[in-house]
Amino acid sequence: MHLLVFIKQVPDASQVRVNYNTGTLIREGVPAIINPFDKHAIEEAVRIKEKFSGTVSVITMGPPMAESSLKEALSMGVDNAYLLSDRVFAGSDTLATSYALWAGAKKIIEEKGDVDIFLSGKQAIDGDTAQTGPGIATRFDIPLVTYAIAIKDIDLKKRTIEIVRLIESGAETIETTFPCFITVEEEINKIRYAPLPYLIRAARATIKILNTKNTKIDSSKCGLKNSPTKVKKAFTPQKRERGEMINKGSMQDTLNFLYENIESTLKDMGKI
Amino acid sequence: MKRKDFDVIIVGAGPSGLAAGFVLAKAGVNTIIIERGKFPGSKNVMGGIFYTKAMDDLIPEFYKEAPVERHIIEQNLWFMDDVSHLGVSFKSQKYNSEPFNSFSVFRAKFDRWFAKKVEQMGALIINETVVTQPIVEGGKVVGVKTDRPDGDLYADVVIGADGVNSFLAKQLGLRNKIKPNIVALAVKEVIGLDKEKINDRFQLRSDKEGAAYEMTGPFLDGMEGMAWLYTNSSSISIGVGVVIQDLIEHKTNPNDLLEKIKAHPSVAPLIEGGQTKEYLAHMIPEGGYYATPKLFTDGFLTTGDAIMFVNNVNREGSNLAIESGKLAAKTYLEAKQTGDFSSKSLSRYQDKIRKSFACKDLSMYKNMPKLLEEKRYFLTKYPQFFIDFVYDWFSVDGVSKPDKIKKAKKEFGDKFGYVNFAKDLYAIWRYMIR
Amino acid sequence: MIKQDIGEYKHIWIFVEHKDGKAKSVSFELISKARELAEVLGCEVHTFALGKKVKHLADEVFRYGANKFYFIEDNLLSEYKTEPFRDAASYLIDKYKPEIVLIGATTLGRDLAGTIATKLNTGLTADTTGLDIDKKTNNLLMTRPTFGGNLMATIFCPDNRPQMSTSRPGVYKAVEFSVEGEVVEESFKFNKSNYLKTVIDKTLESEEAVNLNFYDVIVAGGLGMETKENFKYVKELSSILGGTWAASRKAVQMGWAPQTRQVGQTGQTVHPKIYIACGISGAIQHQVGMKSSEIIIAINKDEEAPIFEIATYGIVGETGKILPAMIDLFREKIKKER
Repeated sequence: MHLLVFIKQVPDASQVRVNYNTGTLIREGVPAIINPFDKHAIEEAVRIKEKFSGTVSVITMGPPMAESSLKEALSMGVDNAYLLSDRVFAGSDTLATSYALWAGAKKIIEEKGDVDIFLSGKQAIDGDTAQTGPGIATRFDIPLVTYAIAIKDIDLKKRTIEIVRLIESGAETIETTFPCFITVEEEINKIRYAPLPYLIRAARATIKILNTKNTKIDSSKCGLKNSPTKVKKAFTPQKRERGEMINKGSMQDTLNFLYENIESTLKDMGKI
Repeated sequence: MKRKDFDVIIVGAGPSGLAAGFVLAKAGVNTIIIERGKFPGSKNVMGGIFYTKAMDDLIPEFYKEAPVERHIIEQNLWFMDDVSHLGVSFKSQKYNSEPFNSFSVFRAKFDRWFAKKVEQMGALIINETVVTQPIVEGGKVVGVKTDRPDGDLYADVVIGADGVNSFLAKQLGLRNKIKPNIVALAVKEVIGLDKEKINDRFQLRSDKEGAAYEMTGPFLDGMEGMAWLYTNSSSISIGVGVVIQDLIEHKTNPNDLLEKIKAHPSVAPLIEGGQTKEYLAHMIPEGGYYATPKLFTDGFLTTGDAIMFVNNVNREGSNLAIESGKLAAKTYLEAKQTGDFSSKSLSRYQDKIRKSFACKDLSMYKNMPKLLEEKRYFLTKYPQFFIDFVYDWFSVDGVSKPDKIKKAKKEFGDKFGYVNFAKDLYAIWRYMIR
Repeated sequence: MIKQDIGEYKHIWIFVEHKDGKAKSVSFELISKARELAEVLGCEVHTFALGKKVKHLADEVFRYGANKFYFIEDNLLSEYKTEPFRDAASYLIDKYKPEIVLIGATTLGRDLAGTIATKLNTGLTADTTGLDIDKKTNNLLMTRPTFGGNLMATIFCPDNRPQMSTSRPGVYKAVEFSVEGEVVEESFKFNKSNYLKTVIDKTLESEEAVNLNFYDVIVAGGLGMETKENFKYVKELSSILGGTWAASRKAVQMGWAPQTRQVGQTGQTVHPKIYIACGISGAIQHQVGMKSSEIIIAINKDEEAPIFEIATYGIVGETGKILPAMIDLFREKIKKER
């Protein structure tokens, strides 16, 4: 079985601060990490591989520094790592990104064989778009299963997989066939402390660089210029002002005061 | 057959571990380095002045590509009381040419770069893995256990480069528990400041030139310690290290001490308007020559901070660490010729260390800590006297200069006694030079 | 990139999401917003729905001012599955060429929109909270939070049509505005062998499986709840307010709540109208997941807790004492008002 995981290196969003004077983000010193949801996708792929045997490949698009995330993926038990890195990709929006990753994935398939399961996190914590996974699935024209919280069953003979995914009103179990594309929630697994042999293998592994020269990526579909969406402006949201502490003489007074203040909101919401 | 995963396992990817790894890998030895931090350098803080020589032997002209901040062209030694400083300053254009004497560096960046070089040589570096204990078979170290699943590794030799608290050396009985009188606690702050401001304030002509200050004196209230300040490319590092025992006895918190230094009228204008970017605390071995434990046993060598290999007078920690790592690697290479990794064979390491310039320096200063412990007034009363004298000398107060000298001579005699002073000078001469 | 003849494209389309034939309120919110935009553009607001039986939704969308209602009914569309919905929607959009397509940023909407945009080779902006027209160019300006809400970005799509966006529910107000609309039935020839997905089981919301984004009131408990037992207050208060309950990462780690109910950077990001944080100190990782809530009520015994920095109303005190009183008060008030 061949599993391919799409990951993204992101700045740790919880450490990004806002400079309200200049209206920009302070990214200095913010560590680059594997998007947390993607990390669970890697873990899930490795678990499936361990159970059914096979190989796990991982690909990311980004600057050379994204190699560190691929190394980390390797140390979690991934077998092959690819870095899709080329200047022409800079500034790609989700459509252009899904194109480039799709083309990169096709190159991996050429080298390592057909992929049975594609995985990624449900979204990246920097952009929060949740669009790249669905985009790649569409380009491959394979079933897409988003927001997966559990892989219930895999039948290698029938080449089917049962996946539990979140829906608005609860959860549903989907059965679908290989190849398919799954995006995962954090709760799908707990990331294990990887065994030492994985780390040693990762330290020995080389990361393969994919670019417009060694793949059939059409650079006229990549990058800022060829992305349909553009950023007009970026600004910091109004800082959330500290509200008021409403402790009154007695708890009852406090709660009554609270109720009076939110009564109209509750009315608008049709709660009362 | 006996299991063997690597020729050499190095525990710790600090300067000494990396230097050992570099030399070994370059010689084609199958080497693995195990680091507990997220990456090499991530757990490291240093005085931040990095002397060139040991590293330049390893990677000639390393400073051309390594992430260095500024090369130091001016060194200052300040004796400070609470309101003054009496300084010795040396600035030379000789320091302004290659291969440069020393640099300010950030260890987090520098070690990361060094680690890349070591990897390029062919050593493996494993991060975020903690070595929990040595594996000893038949009285010989044959490997290490780590906290990872399937985490045992076997090798001919284990090099313990695991820092001042060296777990391995302790577990192997090579040394006793560290005593608070031979370890200093250092706190350090990095203060961000514009390049232009730094150049102006420190009279530097470019972003590449740097200045360094060491500060001691009565403001430390008789504690044995040293404060320092130096320029990075767009920040200033300031810190203070004090022997832990003194901190305990004086009930002093090193953070308060650092704040006191930052507020000192001679220091404050240098860092004014800067933003604190980082704050770090770290233990530094201060024991010098006498604190150095046994350096080897069967199948095991220890290097760097783990052997207390720090010259506490000139603060050349990383430099000496690199030297010791190199020597450990060379010892292994010699032992490999005969395939004998016994204690006897590895004892050559001790000889190499003794003969090294680093150890000679350590030896030169070897009695310093003891001397300072006995004669605390070297750091308090003497400097205070000279500060007061210089203050008096420059003050125009109706007393003539010859009278001032006369007065000072008398006061000095009353305070210290010339015979005692002569004895002290002799003591310093005897302790240092001999 | 292929430049399109964007002049061909006209009107604003709203995807009518429904559950078992009942339209979601976000669809009406978007119709109302689209009417504002259509006025600037001088065009109409059209709607489209897919399902086994959806024709009856026409009356509802006309009540909110939609001028047209397109629909496809097919057994294959009886339950939501990405691929047949994607193909049917792409077919309609490709055929009628609207210049703007808006889809509610629900779980379903965000699953679907990315596949349609890829199929149509156009731009899509996710999870927007502001929509506007650039009066010079008539381009749609889509504003969305990014970097965990730390930064807002205004995105536009100048050369491709339709301009697509998923829009966050609860941002715009649904306003009734009855019109006589036109109903257009369409059909799409599905190639059934293309669809390899079956839904074999559905569990309604349970402790374990919940989509927090669905609720306009969330009561969340943290370490300050002190025991698992005390979470009963969190649950009860949320049910009185017609919302759901959630937990901080620490509470999840204590085993007091399932991970599905975790709010924060590695859990779910929520933006309800009212968020009540009970005994949650409010570490930055938690704040990232909830700070765009409209009203934040924080209860914590530590008056220095960072949660108070972003709370609309802060109460210092023990959750174990305040919550039972709060439950009594709200129960009484809500009963009385009804």
